[in-house]
Amino acid sequence: MRSLWSALEPLLDQVQRPARYIGGEEGAGPAAHAPDKVAWLLCYPDSYEVGLPNQGLQILYEILNERPDATAERAYAPWGDLEVLMRRHDLPLFSVDTHLGAGEFDVLAFNLSSELVYTNVLNLIDLAGVAVRAADRSGDDLLVGAGGHCAFNPEPLADFVDFFVLGDGEEVVGEITEAIAARRSEGRAAVLEALAGIEGVYVPAAYEVTYSGLSAEVTRRWPGAPETVEKRTISSLGDWPYPKRQLVPLTEVVHDRLNVEVFRGCTRGCRFCQAGMITRPVRERPAEQVRTMITEGLRRTGYDEVALTSLSTADFSGIEELVADTVGPADDDAGGAGCPAVTVSLPSLRVDAFTVGLAAELQRARRTGLTFAPEAGSWRLRQVINKLISTDDLDAAVEGAFSQGWRRVKLYFLVGLPTETDEDVLGIAALARRCVELGRRHVRGASVTVSVGGFVPKPQTPFQWFGQNTVAELHRKVALLADDLRADRGVRLKWHDPEATLVEGLASRGDRRFGAVIEDVWRSGGTFQEWSEHFDYGLWLDAMERHGLSVEDYAYRHRSGTETLPWDHLSAGLHKDFLWQDWQDALAESGLEDCRWTPCYDCGACTGYGIEHVVASAVPPAGGSQGTGQNLLKPEPVPVQLLATRPLAGVS
Amino acid sequence: MRVRVRWSKHGKIRFCGHRDAARIWERAVRRAELPVAYSQGFTPRPRISFGLALATGQESVAEYLDVDLRTTPEELYDWAACMPERLSAVLPDGMTVTDACPLSPGTASLQDAVTSCTWEFALAESDVTSAAGWAARVRSADSLPLQRERKGRTTTSDVRTAVGDLHILDASVGSVLVAELGTKPRAVRPAEFLRLIAPPLAAGRVRRLHQWITRDGERYEPLAPEAGVLAPAGDSLAAASIDAVPAAQQEVCA
Repeated sequence: MRSLWSALEPLLDQVQRPARYIGGEEGAGPAAHAPDKVAWLLCYPDSYEVGLPNQGLQILYEILNERPDATAERAYAPWGDLEVLMRRHDLPLFSVDTHLGAGEFDVLAFNLSSELVYTNVLNLIDLAGVAVRAADRSGDDLLVGAGGHCAFNPEPLADFVDFFVLGDGEEVVGEITEAIAARRSEGRAAVLEALAGIEGVYVPAAYEVTYSGLSAEVTRRWPGAPETVEKRTISSLGDWPYPKRQLVPLTEVVHDRLNVEVFRGCTRGCRFCQAGMITRPVRERPAEQVRTMITEGLRRTGYDEVALTSLSTADFSGIEELVADTVGPADDDAGGAGCPAVTVSLPSLRVDAFTVGLAAELQRARRTGLTFAPEAGSWRLRQVINKLISTDDLDAAVEGAFSQGWRRVKLYFLVGLPTETDEDVLGIAALARRCVELGRRHVRGASVTVSVGGFVPKPQTPFQWFGQNTVAELHRKVALLADDLRADRGVRLKWHDPEATLVEGLASRGDRRFGAVIEDVWRSGGTFQEWSEHFDYGLWLDAMERHGLSVEDYAYRHRSGTETLPWDHLSAGLHKDFLWQDWQDALAESGLEDCRWTPCYDCGACTGYGIEHVVASAVPPAGGSQGTGQNLLKPEPVPVQLLATRPLAGVS
Repeated sequence: MRVRVRWSKHGKIRFCGHRDAARIWERAVRRAELPVAYSQGFTPRPRISFGLALATGQESVAEYLDVDLRTTPEELYDWAACMPERLSAVLPDGMTVTDACPLSPGTASLQDAVTSCTWEFALAESDVTSAAGWAARVRSADSLPLQRERKGRTTTSDVRTAVGDLHILDASVGSVLVAELGTKPRAVRPAEFLRLIAPPLAAGRVRRLHQWITRDGERYEPLAPEAGVLAPAGDSLAAASIDAVPAAQQEVCA
């Protein structure tokens, strides 16, 4: 095995931010390669700064390196300046750990967290030195794998990737490693056949898809592959206290802080939210383990900030107590010269679970940005999308923040939601104005940043049948909002590029035919498409036209209930009839209560896999309606698996 | 109470810039569990004063920084004594603390005090003769004009007095050009110095060997007693620091 470092080093004097290519992070390696081990190159298909903090990749990196039969290193997409030099000097994609070429590995595995990275995936496979199309790879060529949220409709990448993993990767990476080790002497086909038989693994070559017009038919080609690929779910997060050694980068990255995942899954049932649908059920990490991971993590890394991550962190049982303990005791050293309090950031906050008490605990350290996501501007529309937060909930949260010294809060909304009217869109402006008004009672110069994204319907959600708003319609709605807010000095409006929203939508619900478009855009130089300065709308439209595909068919039309969807042979556990019923309920403006506090709706995620919610408390935490639309004042225990019996603050 | 630290940077870590290094240091002083003092305000940070910035890609055996500790004068020596080992253990590969000494109150900051730096430029075998010829011409020259851009305007200044000793030396890694470059009133940066050399050298490694404080015609390193380092009678710590010559420098001098 030959390190490429000596060839790479002279190039690094010529590129921007060379530190992102040197590795050497605290917590990295050591990579111990051996002929009988399966060598994984885990790749995040975006720049190092965006990819390094990815927790999924770090978790698998550690788990694989702890195994005696595997070794794992990491790679990230080289920025354009280095890529040019690499291609000129014939240098392949390399690992940042020991700077080995990708060809030295057995598996190149991607984390797919956004559709707009798909062209980067192709570029990286190409840089790795193998054919981009799976069918053109043979023998000892790298096996290309992928996992992450986009794997729940991986069809656009089906021609390029050998296998996908659906759901939690903690257990299945071990099974994949064992299958590769056991079967590789029999050749590539035998390995793929073995992978296709592993629960949670989807091998596209095992299925044939034929298209006629809008309908598709999927036939199984290999008898060992399942009819429907079911996702993997770990039943207890407490069994997987990873990352134990979070990587500490030597150069600045996004989310540059300690990250501790406090729970996985979400039961709020927001209908637009793919993450909430595909990661069910809720699995809380035991509070004691969370505390240990925070204490040990801060000591080991030297960070002074910790993010408690999940899809809705304020829902964590006993969150107030946890935040108070993490921030530390009240600062006795009034001189302020001593070690300051630990900053806690809660990246995803529901307004209905954000209490004044929580705000008070957070503000004892440095105040990080507070982002609330009401998502829609009217109660009617919030019922449609099942984000059941009332105006009172929002008022209380915003008031909590401003009364505890925050001067600005950020509000996140979607436009282009099903049944949306101009009245709903203008409701966003009214809501923002109201927040500023509430804020000015507490702080002078209170302001609100309104961030608006275009809604992209996602596979495996109740909105998978919905026809996305056109680019023109999204532009019109944003303009309507901008016009209405023009005179408001306290409100700042930001919005996501509607053209990028469309491309995300094309890829999100695309089928195998869309793969040709991705390849076309990549070959035309369209990489780093999630970076607005690199995003090239024209390339995508041209490619769609060249391949005879219609934007209308892929994104704008409403799909029918009888249509076979491109991802119907892949399952996140949710029954299709449950999703359809939920879609009908949405159109009827009928909300669905949080299943954590009510009897089961049998969506399939728990019952289908014989698992259940794992939470520390069978009663809801205090504060607001909790977005359930329910009266939670007299909470009754619900049938969940309980973690611990410690008393909870704030529960009467 | 302030402690001055000497550290080195070599290998892959040379690609981390000054800002990156500052972040690494902030985490390192926390991980080393030193009683470091913090700044006040909305974002309290460990009180570390960095010396002259080292450009991304350059190595050094003579980096310095000053750290403020919350400790008594009695304990200060013990803390300083343990800092090289404690900090080196938590710094990434390629960053090593070679010395640490308490400073007397009121010592001038590194930024203010340092007047020149000695740099080492690796020479390609084919450049040795022409570099030697250029160095000889500069030694006998009265002026050395350097063109620089500032705020969109090109100015030419004579930097002859800012370019001190020039030597070609044989080190184990090959020949090197060693030059002392002034930092005041305006520094001649290594990259600017390389532009002066005609014909231009092939790109090679750049390493800082010394930082100097010149006072009354005498040169001191920032960890010398004359530079403000506290050296009570019989204290071996400070005395040792003056004699400590970085390994790389010994190699060059040999």
